Amino acid sequence: MLEQLTLGRYIPGHSWLHRLDPRAKLLLACYFIVIAFLTTNWLTYVLMFAFIGGVIFLTGLSFSYFVRGIGPLIWLIVFTAILQLLFTPGGHIYWHWGILMITSTGIQTSTAVFLRFLLIITMATVLTLTTAPLAIADGVEALLRPLRVIHFPVAQTALMLSVALRFVPTLLDEAQTIMNAQRARGVEFNNGGLIKRLRAIVPLLIPLFVGAIGRADDLATAMESRGYQGATNRTRYRVLKWHNADTIAVVVILVLNVVLVVLRHM
Amino acid sequence: MAITFDHVNYMYQPNSPFEAVGLSDVSFTVPSESFTAIIGHTGSGKSTLVQHLNGLLKPTSGTVTVDDFQLTAKTTNKHLKSLHQHVGMVFQFPENQLFDQTVERDIAFGPLNFGFTNEEAMSLAHQAAHDVGLPDELLNRSPFELSGGQMRRVAIAGVLASQPSVLVLDEPTAGLDPRGRAEMMAMFAKLKADQQLTVILVTHQMDDVADYADQALVMAHSNLIKAGTPAEIFADPEWVKAQQLALPTAANFAQHLVTRGFEFDSLPLTAEQLAIQLRGQLPKEGR
Repeated sequence: MLEQLTLGRYIPGHSWLHRLDPRAKLLLACYFIVIAFLTTNWLTYVLMFAFIGGVIFLTGLSFSYFVRGIGPLIWLIVFTAILQLLFTPGGHIYWHWGILMITSTGIQTSTAVFLRFLLIITMATVLTLTTAPLAIADGVEALLRPLRVIHFPVAQTALMLSVALRFVPTLLDEAQTIMNAQRARGVEFNNGGLIKRLRAIVPLLIPLFVGAIGRADDLATAMESRGYQGATNRTRYRVLKWHNADTIAVVVILVLNVVLVVLRHM
Repeated sequence: MAITFDHVNYMYQPNSPFEAVGLSDVSFTVPSESFTAIIGHTGSGKSTLVQHLNGLLKPTSGTVTVDDFQLTAKTTNKHLKSLHQHVGMVFQFPENQLFDQTVERDIAFGPLNFGFTNEEAMSLAHQAAHDVGLPDELLNRSPFELSGGQMRRVAIAGVLASQPSVLVLDEPTAGLDPRGRAEMMAMFAKLKADQQLTVILVTHQMDDVADYADQALVMAHSNLIKAGTPAEIFADPEWVKAQQLALPTAANFAQHLVTRGFEFDSLPLTAEQLAIQLRGQLPKEGR
């Protein structure tokens, strides 16, 4: 059940996208998310979806894997879109009941919300699927480095991030084990009403927290015993290198931006 | 309660990049009230196999039969609850599943879920605590205040309290000291005898296999490669080593004795068997 979600998971591979510099990938993914809001007419959406389709192709992973991975999140997106649909005034009113209404503006905004959400989540999935968690942490650290000027604790933040990312799979495994143990003791996580399901979470969460805190304690001890004292001026084992491919990727997304702006006004 | 696996296959996350074979065409039978050990090195499919015993995993194809309950790919989760109660599972490091405010309530958690009344559940909890050797004064303490060994006993009591007829133990003695390990195994043997349990033990301890098991199943690369009595399994020491398994301590000792000129009719597996066979061969006192 937990393994279905693909967002935040890394699949090792050797595709062109896998080999891009994590700094480039982080920047490009953020850039893509920002320009996803420039979409207005159907042409711009076709362009963006064609682009993300191409990106998925470049990951070398099967298309259906993405579809199934985003599946669990689709309800969140649909829910957001429905809220937009029912509460947006303006334009022609097709139907209304109390404060709920369906208007032409509402249909437009909810469609936009739905499609943009889909674009953003797919891009975020591509980023995490093709970038190892530690590479993401390295990339974030490199990108945040200028903030050191204002005494922002960049190295510590990056360390926190990489520790957090490192323990996601561990905690997921542990959650699965505890769920199994409690199911074997008669807990039903997937049956019954809301209250019953929320109650079923308690025997899962308490052991999970106890385990996580114990683990954090062990990790702190292990780090201290190996002489960790804040992250000042540490040299690094994995040195990031900017290649031609990274420059090409930046050019591609800038071109995408220009085309997008042109299409907006057509 | 007899258990049968009939051509069971299991695939992890089919049709994804993480697809992996968990079990491949596994068939065997476990007689009622027997003690079965499952051995094989890490990643051989032991844990996958035992998770089929109470429906935590469902076979991708094939049938698992536990008494009159049939588990196939099509079994729905709603029908699994009675199976969960009949097959008690003690996972690796079971103390990680404790969560309630008192030991008593944690042990009673299972019975309450399976529809026992509060009163029945409490009396079952007290009985189970007694069975695993927890003193009464611990019952009102928080499980998180106890020692590791005591926590494990609480967790095991929490499984026994639901009155299962099959008890599945996944490396129950991992992380215990030798004495704790011996006590724990003796406790399971006593529980099995007193409560007519069918016991299935996943283990790396070959001494436990030799001392307690009626039958052993050897797993390797998701396949069941050998099934038989411990004597049959350990009869060919070369084969055992080829499977990256060890011999029981007594058998190992006997093999060293053979190189020093001792002779054994059959390879002794337990300290007792070894002692009996050695008795006639040792030089008489005073000679």
